[in-house]
Order: sequence, then C-alpha cells, then structure tokens
Amino acid sequence: MDIHEYQAKKILSGFGINIPRGAIAYSPENAEYKAREIGGSKWVVKAQIHSGARGKAGGIIICNSKIEVAQAADKLLGKKLVTKQTGPQGKIVHRVYIEEVTDIKKELYLGLVFDRASECIMVVASTEGGMSVEEISKKKPESIIRSKIEVAVGMQRFQAREIAFGLGIDPKLISRTADAIMGCCRAFSELDATMVEINPLVISKDEHILALDCKMSFDNNALFRRSQISELRDKAQENLNEVYASDRGLNYISLEGNIGNIINGAGLAMASMDMIKLAGGEPANFLDVGGGASPEKMVKAFKLISQDEKVKVILVNIFAGINRCDWVAEGIVQALQKIEINMPLVIRLAGTNVEKGNKILKERKINYIEASTLEDAANKAVKALKELGKN
Amino acid sequence: MSILIDKKTKIIVQGFTGKFGSFHAKEMIKYGTNIVGGVTPGKGGQTHLDLPVFNTVKEAVKKTDAFCTILFVPPEFAADSAMEAADAGIKTCVAITDGIPSHDMIKIKRYMRRYSKKDKMTLIGPNCAGVISPGKSLLGIMPGHIYTQGKVGVIGRSGTLGYEAAQQMKNLNIGISTSVGIGGDPINGCSFRDILEKFEQDDQTKAILMIGEIGGPQEVAAGKFAKENMSKPVIAYIAGLTAPIGRVMGHAGAIVSAYGESAVEKVELLKECGVTISKNPSVMGETVKSVLNGKKN
Repeated sequence: MDIHEYQAKKILSGFGINIPRGAIAYSPENAEYKAREIGGSKWVVKAQIHSGARGKAGGIIICNSKIEVAQAADKLLGKKLVTKQTGPQGKIVHRVYIEEVTDIKKELYLGLVFDRASECIMVVASTEGGMSVEEISKKKPESIIRSKIEVAVGMQRFQAREIAFGLGIDPKLISRTADAIMGCCRAFSELDATMVEINPLVISKDEHILALDCKMSFDNNALFRRSQISELRDKAQENLNEVYASDRGLNYISLEGNIGNIINGAGLAMASMDMIKLAGGEPANFLDVGGGASPEKMVKAFKLISQDEKVKVILVNIFAGINRCDWVAEGIVQALQKIEINMPLVIRLAGTNVEKGNKILKERKINYIEASTLEDAANKAVKALKELGKN
Repeated sequence: MSILIDKKTKIIVQGFTGKFGSFHAKEMIKYGTNIVGGVTPGKGGQTHLDLPVFNTVKEAVKKTDAFCTILFVPPEFAADSAMEAADAGIKTCVAITDGIPSHDMIKIKRYMRRYSKKDKMTLIGPNCAGVISPGKSLLGIMPGHIYTQGKVGVIGRSGTLGYEAAQQMKNLNIGISTSVGIGGDPINGCSFRDILEKFEQDDQTKAILMIGEIGGPQEVAAGKFAKENMSKPVIAYIAGLTAPIGRVMGHAGAIVSAYGESAVEKVELLKECGVTISKNPSVMGETVKSVLNGKKN
C-alpha cells in the first residue's frame, strides 16, 4: 500500500527525521491561509498524488507570495497529472502540500527496501540526490553506497555512521545524519514497510538535515496489525475497478488491451495472459479469482470485467482441483443469469470433472466458445476479436 | 524414492480443527497420507476425524512420533506456529497459509538459525499448494488424481499453473517423482535452488521442471546452481511476459523491481545457464518430453 508524501513525512518526523514546516490544503483559500501560518516569504506547493517524478509533470510549483500560493493550488487541484510512473491515464490531484522553501547546500539520496536475495533490509544511499535511483545507477553507479541491515537486530550505529561518512558529510553533522538514517530503519521495521525513500535528503545552508521528499509503501499482508497505516489508504489514487476488486477479495490489475480474462490462481493468470499475447492479442486485465473459483467470486468477476469498457472479448480459464469443474460451471451459469454479457465469451475448463462441467454449460444453453487447452483458448479469443473487427 | 515425503511419513496438521484444515486433512487421508493427529491450542484431548488433537506441537510429536507438519493456521498466527514446529523437532513443515507478513517470514528464518544443519526444519511455502509424491503421499491442497508417479521432479510457485503442468504431463504419460510448491511470497522457506539440490540427490528423479514467474532472484540463482552442480536436465517456464513493471501480480512476490526480474530477462539468464525453456505455458509437458527423449532445444 502506498501513501502520500505528506503522510510519509509526518510518520518519519515521528522517528526523529527533520522535515520542513508544511501543511496540507484542499482549496486555494486554504492554501493561502496555510502559507500565512507557515510564515516566511517563499513556499513550494506540491501536488499530492501516489507517484514520483511530479516535478517534471508540473506538479511542484515554487511561489514567492501568498497570492501565488493560492494560484498554484488553484492550478493543481482537480488537475490530472501524468508522470512517468502513473501511466498515460494519470492521477488526479485532490490535495496539495504547502511547504516552506529550504535553501539547499547538498542533495542526497536515501532509500530502504527488502533485499530478497539476502532477506535483509537494504539501505541504498548516494551523493546524487534529486535523480531517481534508476537514473543514479545508470549515470553515477560509483556514488551508490549499500548496507545490509539484519532485521532481527536492527541497524547498528556504526552502519549509519559508515553511510554518513561515505556520503562525505561534514564531521560535525555525522551524528545527526546517522540519527536520520537510523530513524528510517526503525520506521521500516516497526511499521511493516516495504519501502522508505527520501529523495532528496538535503543539507540546508543553515546546516540542518531535512527530508525534502519522501515515499513509503507498506506490506499489505501486515495491515491487519497496522490500523493507523491502513487508515492512510487513499482510494481516489487507485484505479476505480481495482478498488472495486480489492474490496471484494479479487486480485485485479487493469491493463491496456481488450481481451478481458477471468482466471483462478495468480500463476495461471499470468500464463494465460502470456498466451493471449503470443496469440497476437493484448490482455485487458489481470484477474485472479482465487484457487477455489467459487460461484460468488465468479459473479463478482463477471460484473467487474463487464464494467470495463475496453473489453471486447472475455476469456475464462479455470483449472479446477478440489473444486470441481461441474461446480465451477454452475457458478458461471449463475453469474451469467445475473450479468448480461454482450460479447464473445471463450471458456476453457480443465481438471476435475471437466466433461461434466462442459456438459452443464451446453445444457444450460450458455452462449460461449468452448476451448480445450490454454493455447486453444487464447487463439479462439484472438480469433473472436478479429471477427468482431470485420463486422 | 521421492523427496520430502513418502508413504511412511507421519504427519500432523496444525490448525487441524478449523474449516480449511479439516477439509484438506480429509482429502489427504483419502489420498493415503499418513496423518496421525493434529494441533489446535486449547482443544487438546479431543478427537477430530478419528484422530487425536493436541495442545502443543511438542506433545503431538512425543505421542505420535510425527516429524512432518502441514500448516493451515491463519496468517496472523502462522509465524508463531511455524517456529513452534521447528522447536518441537519437526523436520519438514509445509505452510499453506496465504498472507503472512514479510517481516514475520524473516523472523521465522532467523529463529531457525539456532539449530544445527541436521536439526533444522525444512520449511516449504508459505502461500503454496504443498507437496505431493504421487502414489505415496499428499501433503497439500492439490487434486491428487491429476498426478501420476514417475521420474520428473516439479518445482513451482503457483498452485493452478502447477496443476496445468501436471495435467499436460499426465496426458503425455509422463509421471512425477515429487511436485513441490514453494509459494508465491517474496520471502519463502525453500527456494528453487534448495529443492533442485534435493532432486539432484534423488534416484527416482531424472529431470526437473521449474515453473517460475516474474520477481525476485530465485529462478536465476537456481539456474546458476544447476549449471555448476547438477547432472540432471532442468526445464523451465517463466510466467509474466505481459506483467507491467512495479505491479504486484496476485502473488505478493510477483513484482518486477530490479534487473533480471522480468520474464524476458529471466528466460535469457536461464538459457545462459543451459536450462531448456518451455516457450509457452501450453507446451510445458511437450518440452519435458523432448528433454526426456534426449532432444536439445
């Protein structure tokens, strides 16, 4: 789960990381008022969306007066920002963060992620702050410092010190930098985070260490014990259909193609999408209804796919194990009684009682194209799509 | 032989009396798995499915001599149950549970470092379909009848995609020595490499099919291991050609976040290691067949 920059800043400041003075605003008037409260004579207005690279997309505006702050807020609120990370559909700005401008002496990069190979927290730091970590590893790989943190014992002070010295920090600021790095590490462990990124972490002209931009992501599997974190979820930042799906226990990701698919199991879903692609089509989504493919889930899945305007053909691929094909077929019949589908429907059932399952679909006069293998299903879906194009 | 389990393996079920645990315990017993009891804290002394229920794993081990367990415990409590099993002297633990936090998985693995190599529990999963040695024992949630006994070892992350492979092989009269689901989580008990090592030492196994997916370094690490240490041929399919970067594809671990983690990159790196690639998921069985017949792709 992702959160907004201002939320991440608030969390990290609770772990001893300094942040510039700032406040959230929902309207231009509100923004101007917040600028007055913050004080000073120069502010930055930052669009709050779940994406990095906002600056290049025009989502960060420097203002020299309170009027400009209000104008910037007016410009950003309700605007769709398209960044490198949002994809072409972009994300809408519903809140802006007003912050005092910091006079920067040096920009650094600090990131923490799980390293799957060593099963440790990996701290990545660089003197080249402001660039994305991908850019840094391409342009200045020699500037990258890595340090592995054993989760069970946490970060040791010497490790934080080594990173700080490695970044070429002035000796009198080493202790404060180490505090900030250790704070991030504690936040990562104590809150079940999967990513903490401060980019840039800056040294200001008046010699303070400040987090100028932050990002945090959390382990969805741990939200049951992090109620304060789960409350920070902003569904407005997520794809509508994806929210609908996740609220109903379906694993769904919206994609660009036009062949909608309903599959049981994440691996089989990915494999079926691969087959669609190899057959010359493009999947409209990833949808895993769970290994069991229960009738309730099938109804929800058909509803979800039929809501997607991109979808021109639907492919259902269910491999029934302990749940039998006849039971799955009943589920499909029930779903189609509730939801009207006006497009070609390819169904491939496999596994336990496959003959019985196909018999039920035929007897109940389901209007569908039967497929026997994965390849057959993908080919038939793509063929059906092409035939639609001809008419 | 086969790996991890056979007909004699005595097995207990943790989370025995729950809905999920009960259902699959019955299915396993039907298959012929030697289940000798179960553990549900607070229900010790009762009988469930005509088998004894114990309060603790230690007690279950003492009374039944079981050295293998299967976990159906909800994710909130699963890490605790796995560590309890490790401490009770269990040798193999299959964790079916989906949704265990990554921090908890790391905790389990660090906890187990206190045991010497010979006393350490082998953890399979979590978020997996389990293990089956066809015709001998089923320790999982897969449909036993689609697997036939034979000489191919199977390792996979996904449940249903593993069934797909088993079915394709059955249709071509290719049998399986043992099929191991290592699960779809980013931090798991045994890796592809760990299981390859076991298959290399198993007499029954002549070739191994790895069914991998996007995300993480394990498939490529296994390829390197195979190149340097294995005499048996390895075949692989990697799912997720169409997966967008940075998105979690159902399995918590199926996310491309670094170089070498996309399907295309993994396939290239595995080819360099001499692994035979199944070019699409519809020909996993055929690819295994051609390798068994001595053809090189």
